[in-house]
Amino acid sequence: MIEFQLDTASGVATYLQLVQQVHQALQLGILEPGDQLPTAQQVVAKLAINPNTVLKAYRDLEREGLARPRPGQGTFIVGTLARSDRAAQERFLALMTAWLREARAAGLGPDDIEAIYRTAVRNSFAEGVA
Amino acid sequence: MTAVIETNGLGKRYGRKWALHDCTLTIPEGKVVGLVGPNGAGKTTLLHLAVGLLAPTSGSITVLGGRPDDSSAQLARVGFVAQDTPTYAGLSVAKHLRMGAYLNASWDSELANSRIDQLSLDPRQKAGSLSGGQRAQLALTLAIAKRPEILLLDEPVAGLDPLARREFLQNLMEDVAVHGVSVVLSSHLIVDLERVCDHLVVLFGSQVQLSGEVSALLSSHYRLSGPRREPSTMPSNQEIIEESHTDRQSTFLVRTDDAILDPAWTVKPVTLDDLVLAYMSQARGPGHLQRPALGVVS
Repeated sequence: MIEFQLDTASGVATYLQLVQQVHQALQLGILEPGDQLPTAQQVVAKLAINPNTVLKAYRDLEREGLARPRPGQGTFIVGTLARSDRAAQERFLALMTAWLREARAAGLGPDDIEAIYRTAVRNSFAEGVA
Repeated sequence: MTAVIETNGLGKRYGRKWALHDCTLTIPEGKVVGLVGPNGAGKTTLLHLAVGLLAPTSGSITVLGGRPDDSSAQLARVGFVAQDTPTYAGLSVAKHLRMGAYLNASWDSELANSRIDQLSLDPRQKAGSLSGGQRAQLALTLAIAKRPEILLLDEPVAGLDPLARREFLQNLMEDVAVHGVSVVLSSHLIVDLERVCDHLVVLFGSQVQLSGEVSALLSSHYRLSGPRREPSTMPSNQEIIEESHTDRQSTFLVRTDDAILDPAWTVKPVTLDDLVLAYMSQARGPGHLQRPALGVVS
């Protein structure tokens, strides 16, 4: 069973931190299908957070097809994060590297690039939400 | 969604001073509600009205659909821990539990005993010699073991050291997870409540300044900074909560349900702390003193 940690200074919503930690554990092979996630009671007894936050994180994982509740038993991992992710990561890393090279050639500094990146991320997630 | 607490124009006046004024609130079921405001904002008054220790001067309040001072059946449904988590100094831990069992028809003695066990409290010890953290835990045990539908806690962690504070909130959240009790807890510090509450009510100057779901509040407020800009030129769908200007630069805290598209702004999310402070200073500002804007996000 995994144990959740909380980084209160990160600014990332608590439920999202829990979701991300399950993602990471799946990617690292620490969690596999059939494994049980800690119950809401176990998580809140350790982290002193609202149980609804844990349930929200688990609902997100359910929606992604990664976890499923078994009535009276708890929530269990049912999905995996595809290994092909790594190939995609490498592809986008290559794309990003090429893009950065072009941006630097055009005279943009690290701060400019970061501002562009943040704006792009924000815009694309705003689209996603709307 | 059913409301556990509903108030309408609720007010309480002492002499000429309103301790709570024109308070209209709906607190949904199954939430952990943070009631935040500086000392003297009206937090204790609101909680005392909710348990029937005070009668309203104006307006109305219903708790779990009933009037707070209606009947002993109503009182059995509400758990209350007053400020400074009071206990009887001369009574032992065990006698506190006996008293709880005697006074409450719905007393869950198994729960009470297992909590005392878990906390490693000596049942023979007098409450007067317990540490602040232990006393708070004993008071919480008494409130929880009557198995209320709603728990009202007035500044429960104010006097506790960080470790005792964490342990208290862990225990409280565990009870929420197991029994699904609704909770309202007050504090003058939002950081105390940030981890646990999913609904926030900000009181300032005897009035409600802000009320809503924490996640909705956080996702509808932004901090914008960029070149100097007059507030009057801001888009109408962005409500300005806070602003500050230098000759070159402007910073705004705005509330909007739409995306911020203006590329001139650097947009940052707000923390709960930012948000609470911004609404309090807005309420204190000269233009807002008479009629603070009430923010409600559902």
